[in-house]
Amino acid sequence: MKKDIILAGVGGQGILSIAAIIGLAALEKELYVKQAEVHGMSQRGGAVQSHLRISSNQIASDLIPLGEADMILSVEPMESLRYMPYLSTDGWIITNSKPFINIFNYPDLNKLLTQIQNYKNTLVINADEIAAKNGSLKSSNVVLLGAASLYLEIPYVNLENGIRTLFGRKGEDVVNKNLTALKAGMESILQIK
Amino acid sequence: MEKLLLLGAEALAQGAIDGGMSGIYAYPGTPSTEITEYVQKSKLAKDKKIHCQWSVNEKTAMESALGMSYAGKRAMVCMKQVGLNVAADPFVNSAITGVNGGLIITVADDPSMHSSQNEQDSRYLGKFAMIPIFEPSNQQEAYDMTREGFIVSEKYKTPVLIRITTRLSHSRYGVQRKELIKENNLSLPEDPKQFILLPAIAKNRYKILLNNQKNFEADSESSLFNKYIEGNDKSLGIVACGIAYNYLLENFPDHICSYPVVKIGQYPAPKNLINKLSTECGELLILEDGYPFIEEMLKGFFDCGKLIHGRLDGTLPRDGELNPTLVALALGLKTKEGLPVPEIVVNRPPELCSGCSHRDIYDALNEAMISYGEKRVFSDIGCYTLGALPPFNSINSCVDMGASITMAKGAADAGLIPSVAVIGDSTFTHSGITGLLDVVNENSPVTIIISDNSAVAMTGGQKSAATGKIKNICLGLGVEPEHVRVLLPLPKNHDDMVRVMKEELAYNGVSVIIAERECIQTFSQKKKENKK
Repeated sequence: MKKDIILAGVGGQGILSIAAIIGLAALEKELYVKQAEVHGMSQRGGAVQSHLRISSNQIASDLIPLGEADMILSVEPMESLRYMPYLSTDGWIITNSKPFINIFNYPDLNKLLTQIQNYKNTLVINADEIAAKNGSLKSSNVVLLGAASLYLEIPYVNLENGIRTLFGRKGEDVVNKNLTALKAGMESILQIK
Repeated sequence: MEKLLLLGAEALAQGAIDGGMSGIYAYPGTPSTEITEYVQKSKLAKDKKIHCQWSVNEKTAMESALGMSYAGKRAMVCMKQVGLNVAADPFVNSAITGVNGGLIITVADDPSMHSSQNEQDSRYLGKFAMIPIFEPSNQQEAYDMTREGFIVSEKYKTPVLIRITTRLSHSRYGVQRKELIKENNLSLPEDPKQFILLPAIAKNRYKILLNNQKNFEADSESSLFNKYIEGNDKSLGIVACGIAYNYLLENFPDHICSYPVVKIGQYPAPKNLINKLSTECGELLILEDGYPFIEEMLKGFFDCGKLIHGRLDGTLPRDGELNPTLVALALGLKTKEGLPVPEIVVNRPPELCSGCSHRDIYDALNEAMISYGEKRVFSDIGCYTLGALPPFNSINSCVDMGASITMAKGAADAGLIPSVAVIGDSTFTHSGITGLLDVVNENSPVTIIISDNSAVAMTGGQKSAATGKIKNICLGLGVEPEHVRVLLPLPKNHDDMVRVMKEELAYNGVSVIIAERECIQTFSQKKKENKK
């Protein structure tokens, strides 16, 4: 088993939480996990990305080679396209449709969403809207993870446990909100299917 | 012992804690910050009372670590690559004094300049100081090398350098912990003159360092971190340093390279291993995540015939960090590439946070400067360097910690009056105070704005050594009290700020404007914590 995932977003949007949940779930399944992340200057509202590699064998490189990512998982639509050279020909783009606009020249949203749909395997959900419906806008990153869960080859229950481990310190309420968000994200895909 | 999922930086820290370290000294700087932060958060380190408070700058950190070593205990000092320039004086001289307790200098280099002004390779400074250098290829080696580093340091009574790059520092993987090593007891150097670098003594100390070189070389030859790995295809031999070794293996099924490889993790470079590779193989390829350090050495001045490929002959790019795809291209392997980035994607540079006090300062400064014209604002290293980008375009320099004040002075000396410096609170105490004394001593017509957000914000909001002290420091250095002005940077105070700035710009002498409001990030964190 091998899954190479590019996590994408804007500094502060919570891609490292997604990486941590998947990472914990993979460890529970006794898989190898390697995860490179961005710290420092870009975290201030800039484009950020994380290379998350999961495998049943030892992992050599901390970076995913070009053209070999199985998935781009993005919490922001424009950011989902920034790392296209990394995506394999059969790879999936799974992205939030809600833009994060902090630049004056942000592209036209309709054109952007059309461009995303032009690629082979795409899944676009409004994770912010789903998260808001569940009463916790902050958990839109976990909604997106729920949507991606069907394509990760990691059992859903391990992702749930990942959430329990990651957020356990913050109390039961936070854990439950995120478990609900994960479920809502997953179910939104089942409805599309 | 348990297995942990650790960043490279955290693996170094855990290795040091488990390796009997009594104190860590550092000033924050990406990509090195997480080493010290890990020790600060470690329960074990707390129980053992390991010193882990931030220092004012890399030089004071280096000297404190040397002092702890003098007293017989194991110490580590951490910094980013440009921090080693700040600490270069005590760093190079510590090789001459030698150590008592084990001393490790850990430097995180930043090839590709993700968060830095340059991509200098610290291995050159390690060689310059003539001390052993360790360079981990993965997180486990990062852990192991801190333990081994202390042992080598005490064996030869020498400081050692550990060099890591951004990618490994900020990447997580499983690390197997080993048994805890006991801290050293307090013990003073046997020779009471060891640390006195008076010429007569220094000459002898230097000879000891020179004589040690053969020991360092022998250690490298037998080091567990340096290996000759057989390969069937001898048309090419590969030297892979540090993390470059992973990028190499990534390109072969089951991570078995078809060419012979010398993997380097400890320097001086292992001569015999490289000689063997050169004798057995046709051409050589050198893989290094940084400058062509080994490549230059092997090529030498006369380029004596052997075909050596790497960054110098264009096989690999001359600058920037390595990655598996670049290594594949260097090996002539087929690479994949996904689709290009579509044109609709535009750049998203980092920006000052919404509500950040630096924003209000630049808005006011831009207005106050209109009558003087552009290109006379010198600035410094920190979040506020983002004032160089639109919409502000407020500043004209960012060179090194503290340079804003002294560059403004030099420009004023040349006749650029007024010249302006914008510097952060922590950068000011790091390296701005001495420059301000220069300005005061000549009463140079410089207006200095200290944007005080009471945090080392860019690296994650660490405690600033300057908090609550800036006004008194300025007064103590001799700035006239009527020209030390304190402002509260808020949009509603815009007009007031512009007025004060204009008044001080018009004054033909040194003035300091302290604009004081806490970093919006640390402020909201504290608010959250208080709620709990």
